Amino acid sequence: MVESKDTPDAPCVKMRTRRLKLWYGDKQALAGIDLDVPEHQVTALIGPSGCGKTTFLKCLNRMTDTIEGVTTEGRVTLDEVDIRDRSVDVVQLRARVGMVFQKPNPFPKTVYDNIAYGPRIHGLAANRRELDDIVESSLRRAGLWEEVSGRLGDLATGMSGGQQQRLCIARSIAVAPEVILMDEPCSALDPISTARIEELIDELRANYTIIIVTHNLQQAARVSQMTAFFHLGRLIEVNGTAELFQSPTESMTEDYITGRFG
Amino acid sequence: MMLTLALICLAAAAFFFGQRKAVSVTGGRTSALHSRPVYHGWYVALACGLPAVSLWFLILLVGDWMIDRTIVAALPGELREASAPVLQRFLNDAETLAAGGVPTIELTPELEAAAASFRRLSLLEHWVGFGAALGIGLIASGIAMRRIDVSRRTRQPVERVLLIVLLAAAAISVLTTAGIVFSVLFEAIRFFDKVPILDFLFGVKWSPQIALREDQVGSSGAFGAIPLFTGTLLVTFVAMLVAGPVGLLSAVYLAEYADPRHRAVAKPMLEILAGIPTVVYGFFAALIVAPALRQAGISLGLDVASESALAAGLVMGMMIIPFVSSLTDDALAAVPADLRDASLGLGATHQETVTRVVIPAALPGIVAGFLLAVSRAIGETMIVVMAAGLAANLTANPFEAVTTVTVQIVTLLIGDQEFDSAKTLAAFALGLTLFMVTLGLNIVALRMVQKYQEQYD
Ligand SMILES: Nc1ncnc2c1ncn2[C@@H]1O[C@H](COP(=O)(O)OP(=O)(O)O)[C@@H](O)[C@H]1O
Ligand SMILES: [Mg+2]
Repeated sequence: MVESKDTPDAPCVKMRTRRLKLWYGDKQALAGIDLDVPEHQVTALIGPSGCGKTTFLKCLNRMTDTIEGVTTEGRVTLDEVDIRDRSVDVVQLRARVGMVFQKPNPFPKTVYDNIAYGPRIHGLAANRRELDDIVESSLRRAGLWEEVSGRLGDLATGMSGGQQQRLCIARSIAVAPEVILMDEPCSALDPISTARIEELIDELRANYTIIIVTHNLQQAARVSQMTAFFHLGRLIEVNGTAELFQSPTESMTEDYITGRFG
Repeated sequence: MMLTLALICLAAAAFFFGQRKAVSVTGGRTSALHSRPVYHGWYVALACGLPAVSLWFLILLVGDWMIDRTIVAALPGELREASAPVLQRFLNDAETLAAGGVPTIELTPELEAAAASFRRLSLLEHWVGFGAALGIGLIASGIAMRRIDVSRRTRQPVERVLLIVLLAAAAISVLTTAGIVFSVLFEAIRFFDKVPILDFLFGVKWSPQIALREDQVGSSGAFGAIPLFTGTLLVTFVAMLVAGPVGLLSAVYLAEYADPRHRAVAKPMLEILAGIPTVVYGFFAALIVAPALRQAGISLGLDVASESALAAGLVMGMMIIPFVSSLTDDALAAVPADLRDASLGLGATHQETVTRVVIPAALPGIVAGFLLAVSRAIGETMIVVMAAGLAANLTANPFEAVTTVTVQIVTLLIGDQEFDSAKTLAAFALGLTLFMVTLGLNIVALRMVQKYQEQYD
């Protein structure tokens, strides 16, 4: 066992993958990924398009189960429990590991119903007042409360793209996850909305473990503490964000972050 | 006939040579051409065909007129002076005789002579037209051929002709629809001259009598259409009770649960159901379902009429199941995968995702599908003619026989009546009502679908 033991200054590992392999049909998309995701930190996944970042992310809450023809191999653990174990229910897993998608995808329901959706199906609120509280606190944490508190009954699909994406973050916060997976959450947004969400990610770090896929290297440098570089389904290098950007050990990483390919 | 064939051959040849010439003028480098070779081909073919066909019609038109004039001029004096209708009739008969038919007037030497010259002259007209059309086709395509060169713009004229053809096709369908609507509207207005519109829309007694004699004014009957409307609604309601749930559930199964292999089998099967002729459903309703319901009713102590709203409604419901299910299936399939992912990503089960996200998101599309199905059911004729009955009962009891708007239109128009009797015209008023209702339903449904699609552009 090479896994590091908890020490006061090294945060404990929230999620861990070992020799994680994945195939779409007979096409291999992940070729054995070993990655430790530290708790209460932001881990950024970078790498050229098609290198398997989204695929890797989806393995972490078993969203890959919903895709036809996928086979996986290896271990993925959450708090040292294999999430593919029989004892783990995928519904509970996804409540603990939430996901925010590339394109904002609010339900065509009201703002309130969007946030309340998760708590309702998981029975997190005993009555309407508790549900109201969850909705309010989730919106507050997502920094959206001021903007929408008077419009909880409006259709969420009518909001701006940036608001929609923060709503999606609030929606995943509402089920009280421990880990939030974000797949290029800002790629469809303008610079101002992007800045809002980056701030938000930084604030959320105190309560959640965050893994974010991004195409924007500055963004990775700004928001993350750890960065992992993927290439062609392999994890090439992982390190503290500052170290990785300043002194990459692999030449391929250096080529990528200096813009020589990708 | 022969001319048509000859012209097609000529135009085909023109197409072929035009295209070849276009290729040859470039020495094989067709990219140098302003217009592609196929346009040159069409250009020459059209240059051949259009003038030839126009000339052919012109010659027929002028020729027929000249033949009539010649024959009339050759007639003996008293016939020549006859009134225009008599003369026209004489000419028509001469033409019939010439074609080997039986004339409507007495066979006279004059008529035979006229027929003989008619035969001779039209043969002449035919050959002149044939020669002239082919001649002008050849000349025009020859000119067009010579004009082909590298920079010749043949694409524009060819595409203009194509545009005109397309426009004409579109205009035909629009104009026919408008024509039908207006003729129904005018006849309906004539009906409302005889029967006040309010009596028609709100009267509760429907018994259109046959006027045995024209002067029998009193027997024009009662034209209160309410029993027809309620009958239609009752049958439609029963039909939707069947088709709504079954269609919805089968669509949900197909769109959300069936694995692709089952779907590949089940979907075409449902579509076959939609292809069964309605008359087959009709006799299924009349000969199998209605008697079975009657039997079942007797054993339960219920009085079910041998022609009942229930039987017609049940079978009609079966008929529109595929309609509901395919529209619902489309609506469900149009819900973006994003939304399913969002729901699953929050830890919802598949079933929760379907009932709480996918179906609500598809609801406008589903409702629109239902409305279209209702409009189908209201306009459906064959099943109700065969299974619902003719009695204009004002009832909400599905075990009784009812009659519908469509059934009454059919019965009103069967048999010989004066065309402008109130009875015949009533069919137009009913038709207009039916048309308005289904049009309204369709418009509402289409707007819902549109708004729904905008939502997920
Ligand atoms: N549903 C799928 N079916 C088949 N192949 C897929 C599917 N999703 C992704 N892939 C393939 O897997 C590889 C990794 O894709 P992805 O994880 O989306 O890359 P990234 O997010 O890094 O751009 C790509 O080559 C892609 O074509
Ligand atoms: Mg991706």
